Amino acid sequence: MYLGIDLGSRTIKVCFLSEKGEISFEVVESGYDPLKQALGLIQKYPAKLIVATGYGRHLLKEHLSCEVITEIKAHAFGVRHFFPEARTIIDIGGQDSKVISLDKEGRVARFLMNEKCAAGTGRFLEIMAMSLGYKVSEFGEKALQGRGEIKISSMCTVFAESEVISLKNRGANPLEIARAVHQSVVDKILSMVHRVGVEEKVVFTGGVAKNVAIARLLQEALGLEILIPPHPEITGALGCALYKREQT
Amino acid sequence: MMNFEVKADPELWEKIGVDVTRLSKMREVLTDLYKKAFLSQKNRPEGMRYFDEVISNIHTGRIREILQAKEEGRPVVGTFCVFVPEEIIVGLEGVCIGLCGGSQGTIPDAEKVLPKNICPLVKSAYGFRIGRVCPYFQVLDVLYGETTCDAKKKNYELYAEELPTYVMEIPQMKRKVDEELWLKEVKAFKEHMEGVAKRSLTEEALHEGIKIINRKRKALQRLNELRMTENPPISGKDVLLINQISFYDDPVRFAEKVEALCEELEERVKRGEGVSERGAVRVMIAGTPMALPNWKVPNIVENSGGIIVYEESCIGSRYFNNLIPEESKDLESMLLNLTRRYMKINCACFTPNEERIQDILSAYERSKAEGIIYYSLAFCHTYNIEAYKVKRACEERGIPFLFIETDYSPEDVGQLQTRIEAFLEQIRERRS
Ligand code: SF4
Ligand code: SF4
Repeated sequence: MYLGIDLGSRTIKVCFLSEKGEISFEVVESGYDPLKQALGLIQKYPAKLIVATGYGRHLLKEHLSCEVITEIKAHAFGVRHFFPEARTIIDIGGQDSKVISLDKEGRVARFLMNEKCAAGTGRFLEIMAMSLGYKVSEFGEKALQGRGEIKISSMCTVFAESEVISLKNRGANPLEIARAVHQSVVDKILSMVHRVGVEEKVVFTGGVAKNVAIARLLQEALGLEILIPPHPEITGALGCALYKREQT
Repeated sequence: MMNFEVKADPELWEKIGVDVTRLSKMREVLTDLYKKAFLSQKNRPEGMRYFDEVISNIHTGRIREILQAKEEGRPVVGTFCVFVPEEIIVGLEGVCIGLCGGSQGTIPDAEKVLPKNICPLVKSAYGFRIGRVCPYFQVLDVLYGETTCDAKKKNYELYAEELPTYVMEIPQMKRKVDEELWLKEVKAFKEHMEGVAKRSLTEEALHEGIKIINRKRKALQRLNELRMTENPPISGKDVLLINQISFYDDPVRFAEKVEALCEELEERVKRGEGVSERGAVRVMIAGTPMALPNWKVPNIVENSGGIIVYEESCIGSRYFNNLIPEESKDLESMLLNLTRRYMKINCACFTPNEERIQDILSAYERSKAEGIIYYSLAFCHTYNIEAYKVKRACEERGIPFLFIETDYSPEDVGQLQTRIEAFLEQIRERRS
């Protein structure tokens, strides 16, 4: 048994990988005390089987002296498992987003992460869904019903939110606003993708990969097929477990 | 050593007009920061003790020394750029202080006046002045500015309202006419400085100034050679600290201490004794200067299994590379040699600046670094834009390259940690 844990700022993902390669996982909210949450999930397992990644990885390391790797490396491992031929990874999580370019051997060649703000992350989508009165789970579908008639010009979450409010007040179609919000996330991601350089196959991971509109809009803009692993939000945790297996 | 503290002297501070309450707080913060960043390092060379002492005396002992020098009639000169010719200041027996602006704490002071979106180094330094938190500013006789970047250039107009300020014109290009302009500026500076010092610069005095500063730069070059060895006997952070201290310590004493440290390090190299774990990733830094106490990025690098083996920066190689020949002894040729030496500083404020890219690439080879972290302060347009060309040159040669743009605030530390760790992972993976 190998155990990978991804301590994100919004959720904690744990992935169990059996000797036979069977994968099971658990996702919980980070809550007020992420460390306690994490320890609750994994304390019955010996630390030497555990590899941690994510925002809180060092916190866990201090407590368990388990091994840690970065999200970048973890994603490379997790993605290669499903798509050995992957060369570009687009990961959009709760609090950050990144684009990773892999070389032919599947090693990390270059990567970029978003700046300090929430633009281009899951958090941004969440805030916008809330202010439009949509559930996060339906937000993407709603956006696809818009035709792309409006554009949101502001990249900053705070300004974008007031832009959305003023659009609402002017009576704009909420489906169109939803579409515009998604487009703005995609634009932000695309600028990173172009800086890193894109090569096929392109794999989309992180919780936001479950949002159908983001995936569709990315695919259209890049003119390339976008692959999404099953349960894209656990890619990092799975990558940790796979890494551990490779080490042992 | 854990009883280390940055010393206080409220009486002295009061006398020179420092905001005592704030400096008292700041020295506590600095004490903590220093303990964490420096004294916790394993296997530090003995010779670092002196530099610990210097930091401990940064707001007290050294200030008393400077006041003493002032009483002896020696001028105290503040500078903000490695272009201001130290040889002339020292030749005139002046005390040259490279002012620093590496702290987040004074940025709110500066932002009362300056726009938010300019470089933190400029804001921090100006904040130290108007917040009256820096004892060095309080004891200056004159501030020498220069026309390098726009932020500094325009800021000098504001400094001029606070204290005697003189601005040198630094050329922006490297043609023959620019060298001529710079020679004229060096001469005008000399005259101005003679006025401040109330004496004239004799040939012997300038020659002496050149020798003193050459010795200091040579000592730093020797230190740099040692830190580049296969199993570095000193951490990159300690080397950065020494370079930071070189800007305000007494140059003769400083050179002696660095030389003594180098002897110890040479012994270490012979014994094969290093500071980092075997397999530490060798990182070169290139970019904007890291002023005291800005240790943010080096801290992350060296706490994540990296070791910094070269620093292409003005608090680094751009300061100590190139000496002035000591053979010529007549004023004209010494000033010309000085001019030429300074024209070799490849600051991003110049255009074009291909020489800097060549410098970076050859330092990368020489230091056997395994990757380059390009460090740019936020809103430093010249270094920021130049990053693109450096990146391209690195990519063409397969050199791992990471671009970081940051300021002094702690908010992006988590993200930087991830990016730097991932960069080191990437390099390790390439090894196998
Ligand atoms: S970076 Fe340029 S402006 Fe700044 S100290 Fe160096 S030479 Fe001067
Ligand atoms: S870091 Fe850049 S912007 Fe800041 S003072 Fe130096 S040259 Fe100017």
